[in-house]
Amino acid sequence: MVTVTDDRIVLVTMPKWGLSMQLGKITAWAVAEGDEVRVGDDLADIETEKITGTLEAADAGTVRRIVAGVGEDVPVSGTIALIAPPEVGDDALDAAVREARAVIEAGVPDDAGGAAELQTADVGGRKISYAGAGEDGDVILLVHGYGGDRNSWLFLQEPLAAKYRVYALDLPGHGTSVKDVGDGALGVLADAVTGVLDALGAGRAHLVGHSMGGAVVLAVAARDPGRIASLTLIAPSGFGAEINAGYLRGFADARTRRELKPVVGQLFADESLVTRQLVDDLLAYKRLDGVDEALQALLGTLLDGNAQRGDSAAALAAVLAAGGGAAPVTVVWGRADRIIPAAQAESVPGAVRHVIDGAGHMPQMERPAEVQAAIEETIARAG
Amino acid sequence: MARNITYREAVNEALAQEMERDETVIVMGEDNAGGAGSPGEDDAWGGVLGVTKGLYHKFPGRVLDTPISESAFIGAAIGAATAGMRPVAELMFVDFMGVCFDQIYNQAAKFRYMFGGKAVTPVVIRTMYGAGLRAAAQHSQCLYPLFTHIPGLKVVMPSTPYDAKGMMIQAIRDDDPVIFFEHKALYDLSGPVPEESYVVPFGEANVVREGGDVTIVTLGRMVHTSLEAAGQLAADGVQCEVIDLRTTSPLDEDTVLESVESTGRLVVVDEAHPRCNIATDISALAARKAFGSLRAPIEMVTAPHTPVPFSNALEDIYIPDAQRVVNAVKTVTGWSR
Repeated sequence: MVTVTDDRIVLVTMPKWGLSMQLGKITAWAVAEGDEVRVGDDLADIETEKITGTLEAADAGTVRRIVAGVGEDVPVSGTIALIAPPEVGDDALDAAVREARAVIEAGVPDDAGGAAELQTADVGGRKISYAGAGEDGDVILLVHGYGGDRNSWLFLQEPLAAKYRVYALDLPGHGTSVKDVGDGALGVLADAVTGVLDALGAGRAHLVGHSMGGAVVLAVAARDPGRIASLTLIAPSGFGAEINAGYLRGFADARTRRELKPVVGQLFADESLVTRQLVDDLLAYKRLDGVDEALQALLGTLLDGNAQRGDSAAALAAVLAAGGGAAPVTVVWGRADRIIPAAQAESVPGAVRHVIDGAGHMPQMERPAEVQAAIEETIARAG
Repeated sequence: MARNITYREAVNEALAQEMERDETVIVMGEDNAGGAGSPGEDDAWGGVLGVTKGLYHKFPGRVLDTPISESAFIGAAIGAATAGMRPVAELMFVDFMGVCFDQIYNQAAKFRYMFGGKAVTPVVIRTMYGAGLRAAAQHSQCLYPLFTHIPGLKVVMPSTPYDAKGMMIQAIRDDDPVIFFEHKALYDLSGPVPEESYVVPFGEANVVREGGDVTIVTLGRMVHTSLEAAGQLAADGVQCEVIDLRTTSPLDEDTVLESVESTGRLVVVDEAHPRCNIATDISALAARKAFGSLRAPIEMVTAPHTPVPFSNALEDIYIPDAQRVVNAVKTVTGWSR
């Protein structure tokens, strides 16, 4: 950790995107020394083993020093730039730069612990993988959508871990969990979520579900409303008939990169986020034994012809009818969602609604800060 | 769950998982069990470089040591394949393939065709190739162009542990004869490999590095040489797209052509001798189908048209290195009419 002699100096550090990230490489700086930045301005493009993303400014001020150069590998939380008002003297800045350079040159510390430990729960004979971050606070469980995995939350899990114990699981048929989904019913997936909560010893938890994961957390909540402290539904499935069935079938059926890439592009408002690495990772997943069968089985749960199957509104009504300590519910949707239209946010009764500009079906990847704020606000309402 | 294992371990794991899944899968070759019948030594070797080590005890009776007679046991493997087995035969060095060429190119490669599609030949022939092991002219060749030439064979050469496992599983499940090339110098290469079974389909090249200035098409060990060169060139502001063909038959023409159409410049890096090799094949493809996009003559980086030297110093010069790739890229970027 870099110590500063002048507390007006703000350290810009290498973010941790995903539990396994240890190093990031700056591929481009969007700012130069002397530039003024506002909160949310793009600072730098950063590449990790998994993904390329843009680091946004968390503080406003003048960029006084760029510490790490383009192409340089920097350990997570290493200082890459300094923001400070113009009146801060060069001596204080240069001292901080020297310390920061030493951290970068030392590389990843030996006790960095490596990849976050992947844990496994046995749920009725099915192996379910999950990984956690955070020491104290309420339990949050993040539940991904169709074809996703726990890495769907890589921009959110670490930031939330500052205040909460945050876990993300791989649903059956996904990630490193068992690939057998039985008949593909929502109940099979809900069992996995409940099983992970049991394994964590979590009496109550805040559930966050994306897309199909939204319908899954509702199914969990409807079974046992008393266990749910709050619900945040991100572009949840099952609230209306309209859905992009072509996307779902295209994802299930794609055999090659050429077939998969345009399909995956529909997930995002900004298709440039679909990197070759993202497509390759998805292909590698789809090529595991058993995944094809799982994805096809789940299609039957999600689709009735070209319309959405399922009744998430009924599940939500059951949760809200539990009365007493009914959990607060928030729905988050990307305005540019091309998979499930954002208009369906209006069909989620009793929920606080956030429709986010500039995001498609994956707001947790395209606008993570806004999704994080929505989750934290929901948890605050739970009291 | 992916963890890092070596290329050697990846091939071994693919064999073990497929033998577990399908009892018609058998492994055979010279010392694959390692002298079965010699007390205390019956699992000592696992093939000359230890790839099949440990399989004998897991699958007794399904790992067969063969006599030093390639013409006999490759023929036996092909025959077993037509009779319903899925044999994986190890032919130690591809240099020895000559003695069983009739079995491979005139029989295995032709059965499906000659029997009107009624016969399948799901045999895998694993073999080592490439220079760098100080093994001289008769144990170091890159003979994949010979097999690529023959319709009816699939010719594959993984460059990473991930590809080695997925392509071996695909090779075993494939109903056609597959010649599976393993570069000796890659066996100790480590990389992430899922524990689960998975396949890497044949005929899909892998773009291992993206770039807009020059396309480098390569395969096998030369993928790593090309990536090293691309890294050096990036420091000079030249962005190379590096394409690992992964299989030469079937060949992913589209990925090569799309890249050449976007960069307009092509360097092909191939460890084989320069006449009638993969570099000439890819060059002809680009010259014929992407002619209008080319902004410079195509460059080829290959070994010379000589046997692999026994002298260490000469062998080191013989194998294409990153500097030669850098030079070739600079030639195509610097070219003007």
